Amino acid sequence: MMQPVSQPVSDDPLLRVENLVVEYPVGNKTVHAVSGVSLDIARGETLGLVGESGCGKSTLGRAVLQLRRPVSGKVLFDGQDLTEMQGDTLRRIRRRVQLIFQDPIASLNPRRRIGDIIAEPLVISGVRDAKKREQLVHDVLGAVGLDPQLVIGRLPHEFSGGQCQRICIARALVLNPEFIICDEPVSALDVSIRAQILNLLEEMKARYGLTLLFIAHDLAVVKAVSDRVAVMYLGRLCEVGPSEQLFAQPAHPYTALLIEAIPVPDPDVRPAESVAVGEPPSPIAPPSGCRFRTRCPRADQRCSDEVPELREVAPGQFVACHHPLIGAA
Amino acid sequence: MTGPALLSVEGVSVNLPTPRGNLRAVDRVDLSVGAGRTLGIVGESGCGKTMLSRAILQLLPKKAMLSGRVMFDGQDLVRLDRERLRKLRGRSLAVVFQDPMTSLNPVLTIGTQLIETLQEHLELDGQAAKLRSIELLTAVGIPAPEQRLMQYPHQLSGGMRQRVAIAIALSCEPKLLIADEPTTALDVTIQAQILDLLAREQRRRHMAMIIITHDLGVVAGRTDEVAVMYAGRVVERAPTHDLFKRMRMPYTEALLAAIPKIDAKPHTPLPAISGRPPDPTRPLKGCSFSPRCRYAWAQCQIEKPRLEDADSPGHQYACFRPLNTVAGVPA
Repeated sequence: MMQPVSQPVSDDPLLRVENLVVEYPVGNKTVHAVSGVSLDIARGETLGLVGESGCGKSTLGRAVLQLRRPVSGKVLFDGQDLTEMQGDTLRRIRRRVQLIFQDPIASLNPRRRIGDIIAEPLVISGVRDAKKREQLVHDVLGAVGLDPQLVIGRLPHEFSGGQCQRICIARALVLNPEFIICDEPVSALDVSIRAQILNLLEEMKARYGLTLLFIAHDLAVVKAVSDRVAVMYLGRLCEVGPSEQLFAQPAHPYTALLIEAIPVPDPDVRPAESVAVGEPPSPIAPPSGCRFRTRCPRADQRCSDEVPELREVAPGQFVACHHPLIGAA
Repeated sequence: MTGPALLSVEGVSVNLPTPRGNLRAVDRVDLSVGAGRTLGIVGESGCGKTMLSRAILQLLPKKAMLSGRVMFDGQDLVRLDRERLRKLRGRSLAVVFQDPMTSLNPVLTIGTQLIETLQEHLELDGQAAKLRSIELLTAVGIPAPEQRLMQYPHQLSGGMRQRVAIAIALSCEPKLLIADEPTTALDVTIQAQILDLLAREQRRRHMAMIIITHDLGVVAGRTDEVAVMYAGRVVERAPTHDLFKRMRMPYTEALLAAIPKIDAKPHTPLPAISGRPPDPTRPLKGCSFSPRCRYAWAQCQIEKPRLEDADSPGHQYACFRPLNTVAGVPA
């Protein structure tokens, strides 16, 4: 069913996802959450992954970590295929890959002290020396801008959302991972706190030499931190490209629509009147051909007959569209 | 401001007793909205914007203590008895909440909920109410409205549910619609549609509207006036254009600067606001924003600035070190 898609290939990818398919059973139906996604993330790169709720972006993140086993496809982390790994082998690899979630308060055990929460990954990965653990916990708390002395003995409810997200980031960093999947890490935070956390992620990326997959629905947030951006719609990639280029010159009508829909905090910029028509169809019965065609102003017969494949329309910019906004069709 | 105010909030304070002491959620707020006008109330979580809207609607928690006046259409809502309040709410005073799933009854069909509202407030008979419901659902952009009447809220998407909630709110031709974070739970493309819908219906019905949001982007192109709240107080209030182009309050400036800009280069550090809002049970003596304010000086920590008039009409701010003024900080 899935034809291989041409994909942006990086010379030295830390993560390579090939033709990943993830499906969930719902009653006697199937949710087509991710339908043949391929992408590369280069070492030291931040790839932003955007899309609206239900587009499969979080499922993709979880499938990378094998928290949700894909139906088919490969996930190559540093050359090793995670989809073929089980048990201990997988657990060892997962030390190098960490996850940060949207709701920082819900992702911390309310009954455990912060010091223990952050030391837990160290305990699990076999750091037996309590002194060493303590030292590592202290260091990482300091790095995320919290005072270890004031923090380690306290419980999560004593902290605000922004501080809890700092704690979650500290927990993700304590094992010194190479790769972090950030799943909507600032969506639950207030504007003033959001900026602090985004800046912190950037700092941590530089300090720990991280590679990031940054999943979010807010394009402006994604642009602020990403080298490249991938746009996802109903389980498929629409477009991948360098951040600035993609925003300046979107090739996919869906990317253009997302950009136009962002409310601009400037009263002189008139809100574009109803650029977006309709709502995303159900991933249980996605449209044939191009999945965006039911909302696309450029759609024609070909779009319902033929699945558009990702192809390069500008250097580094790939689009899956029969009628892209740039480059000849 | 054109014409007399439809709603005027006068010196409203809301105090909530908590185990940690008194929490002053809203602190002496004055606001007004004229017929057919849109007011945006902007602030971060915990700033009191939702409590203020509850105070206007008289839907505060039981323990809350409210002082001040809420004049709506010539009567003080604070002094109105429950029966008359109930008649007013839903009829001339309507509200749309953030999460349409909590404002719709999950065990009743869309039709029942719409028709019930119409029969209750407008005393329409069943058939007339049904026809009216279909009209309303069509107006808010719901395809196949006849079928939707038979469906339950869980069968609709978040965007569709919010459209239904708006249809119910609009059903009795309210004079004032309060939209409390109406699009926060929705995706960005749906958000644009819902905001357009609200703006269109407002113009058509010449209704007054209050949009409560944490997102300055939402109010920029869609309101006549904006009030910025911080720690329970209105710290700046101005015609929308003035607020964005000639802001006086450092908090407003910081809030705007902290939003990632779509035209900024990737990896540009964001001007974040350091620290976090003060504990509302431990009010500060001076300006509540002073611990986070880059311009604060000694006076800001000792004395609370009052909301004062700027030199442009309708513009007020509460700051000793206002931006864009001779006495204050050069912009």
